[in-house]
Amino acid sequence: MGLTPVLTKRFGTNQPWRIDNYEALDGYAGLRKALTMTPDEVISVVKESTLRGRGGAGFPTGMKWQFIPQNDGKPHYVVVNADEGEPGTCRDLPLMMNDPHSALEGIIIACYAVRAQSAFVYIRGEAIHAIRRMAQAVDEARAKGYLGKNVLGSGLDFDIVIHSGAGAYICGEETALLDSLEGKRGQPRLKPPFPATNGLYDAPTVVNNVGTLACVPYILLGGSGWWKKMGPEGSPGTCIYSLSGRVTNPGQYEAPMGTTLRELLEMAGGVREGHELKFWTPGGSSTPMFGVEHLDVALDFDSVAKAGSMNGTSAVMIFDESDSVPVAVMKWTEFYHHESCGKCTPCREGNYWMAQALRRVVYGGATMEDLDTLIDVCDNVLGRSFCALGDGATSSITSGLTLFRSEFEDAVANGGVPGYAGRARTLVGAH
Amino acid sequence: MSSRIDGLLDIQRPGDATVFSAEARASALELMGRYPEGQARSALLPMLHLVQSEQGYVSADGIAFCAELLDITKAQVAAVATFYTMYKRKPTGEYLVSVCTNTLCGLLGGDEIYATLSEALGVGHEGTTADGSITLEHAECLAACDFAPVLTVNYEYFDNQTVASAEGIVGQLRSGTRPLPTRGAPLCSFREIERQIAGFVDTRPESITAEATGIQTEAGVRLAVERKESAPSYAASEPAAGAAGDPHSGQMTGSSANDAPLKTAESDAAASGNAAIPGSASDTAQATDGTQAKGE
Repeated sequence: MGLTPVLTKRFGTNQPWRIDNYEALDGYAGLRKALTMTPDEVISVVKESTLRGRGGAGFPTGMKWQFIPQNDGKPHYVVVNADEGEPGTCRDLPLMMNDPHSALEGIIIACYAVRAQSAFVYIRGEAIHAIRRMAQAVDEARAKGYLGKNVLGSGLDFDIVIHSGAGAYICGEETALLDSLEGKRGQPRLKPPFPATNGLYDAPTVVNNVGTLACVPYILLGGSGWWKKMGPEGSPGTCIYSLSGRVTNPGQYEAPMGTTLRELLEMAGGVREGHELKFWTPGGSSTPMFGVEHLDVALDFDSVAKAGSMNGTSAVMIFDESDSVPVAVMKWTEFYHHESCGKCTPCREGNYWMAQALRRVVYGGATMEDLDTLIDVCDNVLGRSFCALGDGATSSITSGLTLFRSEFEDAVANGGVPGYAGRARTLVGAH
Repeated sequence: MSSRIDGLLDIQRPGDATVFSAEARASALELMGRYPEGQARSALLPMLHLVQSEQGYVSADGIAFCAELLDITKAQVAAVATFYTMYKRKPTGEYLVSVCTNTLCGLLGGDEIYATLSEALGVGHEGTTADGSITLEHAECLAACDFAPVLTVNYEYFDNQTVASAEGIVGQLRSGTRPLPTRGAPLCSFREIERQIAGFVDTRPESITAEATGIQTEAGVRLAVERKESAPSYAASEPAAGAAGDPHSGQMTGSSANDAPLKTAESDAAASGNAAIPGSASDTAQATDGTQAKGE
């Protein structure tokens, strides 16, 4: 099918972030259509579309909405996860900066569907330009009657608060995000209970990724059948693949779910000239790395899982033969060490020790036993923490050692990775 | 983690909330008022940004200020303030220069950029130059991997950096000029940007219009135009009444111009933006006018 710009179709047009320009191209028509339906009918359309969460886990969005108990007398909330920070992931910020109204329209539709009046958009604090554009969009939408009292004559009130985070990767985890939004340290909660019943302020809450909600207006307009024309049955729709690294033309490529890396590389002009693909991630640093043998894996939630990794955030980081796997794995592990919230011992301590072992591999002083220790520690971190941060931390280590073990062994035997061995660390370890 | 613990010991207790002006207090109350009744603590993260906009870091005074207004303990505020990377424990320079040294940026040049700047400025991670102009830090992923390697100055993007270009930026900052970010608003001071992050919008008209896109952002959509590829079309003008009963009714095969990728600003420079998109405005206007009232 090639490229299928839906979410990105406004990129590069004249001020796509202004509401007049947005309205000129179907803007807020999805909301108007939703308001002619019952909330349950809106949930049905989203459910039938099989839209799955773009934040990484791929959970069916319509099902999440359906979990919200009705007529319970409690306020309901929509909380939007815009805390983009997974290494390799650079999709939600361009979306919010260039087309904030798609996201807002999706949020308002979500509020209508789950009978919420208030939504909170938790945006990564560093993303100041996205915060500007989203805040401006909220003001514009309010002025036009899409937010506020009696929205479009529906008799319903909706409002959106733009909330800045403060620099913590863990707050991309939905329950940590909720704690953070309540003004606490961002640490995950034990589930169950799930946010659908006990979320923000202990009330029923839908937490969706901002990129997921931006799909919703188009699904309302086109219908679930239209959405399912793109991509495989189990995870249909379009997907923004963010290509970065050793590629000729990095950037945002929106194509149907299930596009392969071979196809994406064709679009992006291939690996940089004179170099060859070595390893890559299908969906960010938390997803086990792939090698050349995975060029034809369909990049959708089910196919990538079947091939042993995760589609994650469709953040495709591409590395070539000049890049060292142990160095990449060490740097990712330092990231997880830095970002572990410290609540669960396996993740907090495991990452601390794994980062040290990997530094020995890269800079010298490691033994072969360190490699076995790394695998052993991974076994003790994976599945033993409240949230997926711990699991994600092990992904690059186990996959790197599986696909490229000899490179680690060479580093150990040679007293480090060439170019790094014996060198004084210029970067103090993450902390 | 070690610096967090060191920093914690730096907090001079008990802190004095009265050093904050009446205006700062009013701003904090405004932030608290944005959240549902009884949930003012939700404003704590924004309030800590506000504190940094007043003092350049989270001081003991700032902790006391938040604790007093929210009626929680200073320990509760300090626990939050020491958790998040953006809250600084020492006075920050006028410009916070953050160099991404995560895997991808690092390998593409970020490590070298950080090392060079660190040496040139004579400061390490979270160090501030003696003249108070620059605080340097190595940052985790800044969500601009397609523009790697990147750095930010007061959180505005400088994309596709080299050692030389990064040195140029820092040199300009030190000499008192403000280079224009690749994406993001014209630079302001660290304190001013912290006020914006706290939730008080940038009132400079040039900020909202400042560039937010780049070749990478538009790479896919430009290629789609070039190759005449698009998503399957849907008929936006399909009356909504049908949709309520049959969610598949939007599955139309007509050639709605609305679904085609738009001409990009560059390829369409002569035309005045969206006015050049055939039919889109009039197509939808009719449909939307007819569907304002709730169907049932």
